[in-house]
Amino acid sequence: MTKPRPIDPTLVPPLVETPQRRFNLRRIKRRPNMKTALIALVVILAAGLLLPFAAPQNPYDLSTFSVMDNRLPPGERSLDGLTVWLGTDSQGRDMVSAILYGMRVSLLVGLAATSLALSIGVTVGLLAAMFGGRIDALLMRLVDFILGFPSILVALVLLAVIGRGVDKVIIAIVVVQWATYARIMRAAAMVERRKEYVEAAENLGYPSWRIMFRHLLPNSIGSVLVVATIYVAHAITLEATLSFLGVGVPVTQPSLGLLVASGFEFLMSGEYWISLFPGLALLVLIFSLNLVGDRLREALDSRRS
Amino acid sequence: MAVLLAVSLVVFLAVFAVGDPVELLINPEATQHEREMMVRALGLDRPVWMQYLTFLGNAMQGDLGISFVHGEPALQIIIERMPATFELVFFALLIASLVGIPLGLYVGLNSDASLSRAIMTGSILGYSIPNFWKGMMLILLLSVWLHWLPTSGRGETVDILGIPVSFLTWDGVRHLVMPVLNLAIPNTALMIRLTASGAAEARTQDYVKFARAKGVRPQRIVRRHILRNILIPVITVLGIEFGALIAFSTITETVFAWPGMGKLLITSIYRLDRPVVVSYVMLITFLFVLINLIVDLIYAALDPRVKLMDRAP
Repeated sequence: MTKPRPIDPTLVPPLVETPQRRFNLRRIKRRPNMKTALIALVVILAAGLLLPFAAPQNPYDLSTFSVMDNRLPPGERSLDGLTVWLGTDSQGRDMVSAILYGMRVSLLVGLAATSLALSIGVTVGLLAAMFGGRIDALLMRLVDFILGFPSILVALVLLAVIGRGVDKVIIAIVVVQWATYARIMRAAAMVERRKEYVEAAENLGYPSWRIMFRHLLPNSIGSVLVVATIYVAHAITLEATLSFLGVGVPVTQPSLGLLVASGFEFLMSGEYWISLFPGLALLVLIFSLNLVGDRLREALDSRRS
Repeated sequence: MAVLLAVSLVVFLAVFAVGDPVELLINPEATQHEREMMVRALGLDRPVWMQYLTFLGNAMQGDLGISFVHGEPALQIIIERMPATFELVFFALLIASLVGIPLGLYVGLNSDASLSRAIMTGSILGYSIPNFWKGMMLILLLSVWLHWLPTSGRGETVDILGIPVSFLTWDGVRHLVMPVLNLAIPNTALMIRLTASGAAEARTQDYVKFARAKGVRPQRIVRRHILRNILIPVITVLGIEFGALIAFSTITETVFAWPGMGKLLITSIYRLDRPVVVSYVMLITFLFVLINLIVDLIYAALDPRVKLMDRAP
């Protein structure tokens, strides 16, 4: 068989911004709470990624804070003369710094887990759609099996087995989430699979992997990406919950969820700030992600109708 | 059945890999002889596959092993805690449907009203709030600051048919409010979204247009035509959510120290109480299979098309 002739790139029409696409983008931007959510997300991302360098303290560095400052209410001054706007925790750490660092852990886990789960899920979905038959049945059986259980339970039992740690939490979330992507990807790719251009590509003798990743993938990834926005939020919530239950990230790398948990014992005596503020940060993060994801889905739906 | 078998194998091996429960259970000052006695008594000296086969054989007879910590049959311990969890889940689902379905119906029928937008954004907020944090904030607000409600436990219980329940005593109700609320909020949000999208879709269907053209009163259209049709997916999800809530109550029970199955699971994980963790997962799997079956049956009862399909030649 002769090697397929490479396609002249100038003959392929460039990805144009269709009126439809522009319309949808404008629709998204016009929503006021959407704008707020986007701004909040950008601020949080910037804060989580950059601000640890500018945070008042390094919560991992024991020399920068003192136990003498433990559980100061918001607005007090610490022994070093630093004003702790959100109070300090039981170790005397400034909450602002702890939240910024915690946010970074939460974001890291959420993004890493989502991208990993996305890659696995998309590949599995493509495989199922491409080859169909027994492979499809087997893979989808596995997907159904995993999706049959609540995510929190699977992750909880899994982490109970493999122990806590940032990498392990990521693994647990990936195990829980890849199946969703696989299912959505399969459904979308199945539709594309039957189209003529895929048949044409097959007749040209392209290898399966090329059809999967060059033809099916770009044409069916849209709906998966929209879902992914919401699932980043889901991953972050899951991480926070697992950390709260004591099977998530280690105490040395507190995420927002673990910070909330560490304030639990002081809640009853009215020392609310250790739990309140990290949770609030978590809420803003998750809420913004969900809001953006929801609107994206809406925009995608309206294109279909 | 195959699902149960697969789960039992996976979970058993997984829990086996966790660690040696002997280290945790045995008095560090115990002699070597005492240790061996203990290991033999718990059956931990045999190879893994034999432990698994014994487990499987016993499981067939409803015996899922004896808790290392409590010294009682694991299944019995879990079942003892079941009513407490079911009570939470039942009331949470009740509130979620009573609040969520009407609100969702309103949103679906008036999707452009500003109140609808507010409800929809509120529903996103509802399922965005991390469950454990919401519980803690409820405690902070209603118990610590306002002193209205007790923070934890189940309160006074009354036995009905030998099952202790909280909702019949005033003290029990006061203990029940916050955990139920905590569990119900994300579910209410889900119900709102589900009903809203269903109603919005049903509104444009031909049968609704036809009913309107026929001169059927609007309330009757909503009740008889729209609501009936969207109830099918709603009930399916309610069924699935029943299972999910049992799992989610793990968090709520931990926050409110509610003595249910979920809290038992968490403490058992901490204590490496292998039989209890395995039994819990088996029981939940069984429940899920059962719930799916019941949902399918209800589905068939509600949707005449499902039955017609079966009878078609």
